[in-house]
Amino acid sequence: MKILVGYKRVVDYNVRVQVKPDGSGVATEGVKLSPNPFDEIALEEALRLRERGVASEVIVVGIGPADLTVHLRNGLAMGANRAIHVVTGDAVQPLTAARALLKLVEKEQPGLVILGKQAIDDDNNQTGQMLAALWDRPQATFASKLHIDAGKARVVREVDAGLETLEIDLPAVVTTDLRLNEPRFIKLPDIMKSKSKPIEALELAALGVEPGDHLEATHYAPPPKRGKGVMVKDVAELVAALKNKGLV
Amino acid sequence: MNKTLIVAEHHDGKLNPATARCVSCAQRIGGDIDVLVLADAPAAVAAAAASLQGVSRVLSVANAANVHALAAVYAPQVKALAADYTHLLAPSTTFGKDLMPRVAALLGVAQVSDLMQVEDAQHFVRPIYAGNALLTVATPAGQTVVATVRTASWPEAAAATQPAPIESRSIDVALPTHTRFIGLESGASDRPDLQSAARVVSGGRALGSADNFKIIYALADTLGAAVGASRAAVDAGYVPSDLQVGQTGKIIAPQLYVAIGISGAIQHLTGIKDAGTIVAINKDAEAPIFEIADFGLVGDLFKLVPELQQALA
Repeated sequence: MKILVGYKRVVDYNVRVQVKPDGSGVATEGVKLSPNPFDEIALEEALRLRERGVASEVIVVGIGPADLTVHLRNGLAMGANRAIHVVTGDAVQPLTAARALLKLVEKEQPGLVILGKQAIDDDNNQTGQMLAALWDRPQATFASKLHIDAGKARVVREVDAGLETLEIDLPAVVTTDLRLNEPRFIKLPDIMKSKSKPIEALELAALGVEPGDHLEATHYAPPPKRGKGVMVKDVAELVAALKNKGLV
Repeated sequence: MNKTLIVAEHHDGKLNPATARCVSCAQRIGGDIDVLVLADAPAAVAAAAASLQGVSRVLSVANAANVHALAAVYAPQVKALAADYTHLLAPSTTFGKDLMPRVAALLGVAQVSDLMQVEDAQHFVRPIYAGNALLTVATPAGQTVVATVRTASWPEAAAATQPAPIESRSIDVALPTHTRFIGLESGASDRPDLQSAARVVSGGRALGSADNFKIIYALADTLGAAVGASRAAVDAGYVPSDLQVGQTGKIIAPQLYVAIGISGAIQHLTGIKDAGTIVAINKDAEAPIFEIADFGLVGDLFKLVPELQQALA
């Protein structure tokens, strides 16, 4: 079984992004970029399935500009067999990403697609669900445990009410939550090895996907600031302050 | 004329209050508001939805296949009704986040996540980068707007003086059987629900163990509060994952939020920005949580929390 893994590059989670003064976007020039943390978890899970003999091949997919190859090398160094680079200069929204992934699914016929539940830049949390819909296959979002056996997956999902278990027929789409696994660190020899692994480049337009039906970003603004509060010296003062506000 | 369909979230025959928050958001969009109840036995949930102020009509669909909220089963049914509506909404809970992108893709349209503000029927504000920026988006003209509603940004709709009519519907579409519900392990307790509680007490990594978390539960019980936790406390296994507050956990807006032993990572602060009053107790005076706390107290939580509980008992 092949596993396709979505592998997006995002602004590193430690960077506190700033909105440009003219409201035209967020300043991303020169900031540190990293793999989306949920996608690293997705790749780790795929690699573990390959190591257990459940999967035979792990393919990482990235959608973005020409310099995305550097990022895809990371995924190869972590252990993916090969990479597919869907080349586009435009920022891609979830529906377009799902349409592009569907084209790759049709071409590669994976038994499983694992994506992060959300990217930490646009926080959309949509692409996996959209791909499953377009593909007309099951989805198991927010996975914290994944077990595959006899053409089915048993997935424990982190939902608001607790932990839900679903059984889904494969092929299917699974999206990862934080506690599915802890991704491995990349070792230096793996970086060397990754240089000989193939990255296939495909133009988004050549896949027959037109970016369209998009949301138009009209304005960016910083969030309203909470006013700085006061420090109290002890519990008595805290309780008095809360009583004063009618909160206790 | 706008016409909004809200997909009701419910569990164990009860309407989730997140649905009432979607009604407030739909009222801001304006026009008619229908609520869709997909269930095996929808009567009680439909009645609860009909009693929300602003609801024009409740569509009640009884079908054994709807006994569990499976996105793959619900989505084709929502799609089947979509042609009658300009807007389709569900709460931005794990229920709505799972379902609405699937609905949008079936309709071939974009989806707006975590709707915080409505500027008009086509323009919406939503958070990006863990809430560090607010983005206004315009949806394409003539397209159905499919969105999830950030519940912390909207109040629950009030009770109606006159209940809205309830119409039974059957939706004749093929439903998949490739997705099967096996079980739910719920941390349900007698405490208030974290997502909708007026008061929340949360603990962080500094608690040090699952056993030590009992002082958080004790304080919460004294306050009649729900219990939450930071990602670090959940990752360390002190509490179950459904207590996680933050960017990838629950986004909440209680009147009172008490953060104990939580340093205040960006992703946690994202989950509590809309809280009325934030109290922080932490031994590190430099902890980022103090930058957004209304009242901060520096000291040993193992001494201060029991003391606070005593003082409030």
